[in-house]
Amino acid sequence: MHNRPMADASLVACPHCDLLQRLPEIEPGSSARCPRCDKELWRRREDSLNRTLALSLAALVLFGIANTVPMLGLTIVGHAASTTVIGGARQLWQEGQEIVAVLVLFAAVVSPALQIGLMLTIVVGARRERPSAWVGVLLRHLPFARNWSMIEVMLLGVLVALTKIADYAKVIPGVALFALFALVVLLAAMQSGFDPREVWDRVGWADAHARRPAPGRPLAEVTS
Amino acid sequence: MTAMQSGLQSCDTCGLLSRPAPGESEGRCPRCDKELVFRKPASLQRTLAYLIAAAVCYVPANFLPVMTTITAKGRESDTILQGVVLLWSPAGWPLSLIVLFASIMIPSAKILALLYLLLTVRQGSIENNRQRVRLYRIIELIGRWSMVDVFVDTFTVALIQLQPLMSVEPAPGLFFFAAVVVLTMLAVESFDPRLIWDSASSQAIQKKVQYV
Repeated sequence: MHNRPMADASLVACPHCDLLQRLPEIEPGSSARCPRCDKELWRRREDSLNRTLALSLAALVLFGIANTVPMLGLTIVGHAASTTVIGGARQLWQEGQEIVAVLVLFAAVVSPALQIGLMLTIVVGARRERPSAWVGVLLRHLPFARNWSMIEVMLLGVLVALTKIADYAKVIPGVALFALFALVVLLAAMQSGFDPREVWDRVGWADAHARRPAPGRPLAEVTS
Repeated sequence: MTAMQSGLQSCDTCGLLSRPAPGESEGRCPRCDKELVFRKPASLQRTLAYLIAAAVCYVPANFLPVMTTITAKGRESDTILQGVVLLWSPAGWPLSLIVLFASIMIPSAKILALLYLLLTVRQGSIENNRQRVRLYRIIELIGRWSMVDVFVDTFTVALIQLQPLMSVEPAPGLFFFAAVVVLTMLAVESFDPRLIWDSASSQAIQKKVQYV
């Protein structure tokens, strides 16, 4: 059974303290915070859909590069070796650490791929005249992919491993390493420029018969 | 006044506020179809369960070796702390500090901080609410960085496979360490920060005071 929506669309509850309040109409680039617990409730972004589309396309290209070419190589008295991100997980699997290998693959490859893929599909879907409900279904799962996507953590780990190995061998940073650096910056920009509220305002509702509040947020005052 | 006190439910994925249909107690979000709850179900119990599991894994994670280096001279196993010490050098000490912080201090701080939050919520504390919710946000934000050591070991193992000269194998501690990271992340996710405010909210209603 679906709940009934409120007549006043500007009424919200803080996700961290449940305080009922009215979301004020704010300018792009500024944000609204909960007066009781200081949680950021909404940060409005300028031209959010177009910018996120551009950034997620760029992230997709870099992600492809980062996972196909070698990331690290080394030479030591005639021996040479190199590895990719996926190669790291595969080696762990072969050494009998299957569960950790799956976790590494999940955090460093699967979740980032989901994060980029979902974002791209959501933005493409939301730019249409009347976005359908499936855009919302995808958007529901974006926070999960984002939470477990750990490219930036992996990059720090790679740097530490590099420093360790540099004691024994000559280390050669691969193209994928530079692609990953750029990807970390792009993903951060992509996420912070995205305004989920804008998409939620546009998507079709799951309960097609709900009496939806009139489009356009009514003018509201900040409650205190 | 909170949403729960008004009988309203706020969707944790799309943020829409809605009222359960007449005769229903909890329903689905009319916009995104998510099942709505007033508070995360059994939040304190689930958080505590994950914390206990994490604390159990914390011991082998720190005392068992995470990596074994095999050379012509023999085998040598290192725990996480030994890895930090090995990394300490005139050039490498900042990275060594980062690993120390991410692998040893963040997981223990997370367990202790969540225990503190669980205890104060159970006691119905109404003090330091803003600080407590800020503490929750900090552990939510920095928790993922504990994974750094898992990646360090993964790529060291992947790269140093130069048999018979030198090779590195993962050791059993790595699994327990990864388990601590995942379990503490799940613990943070199961905790509902709105519980921190519930005692204060009900007292505010009784005294009819304004929040701000």
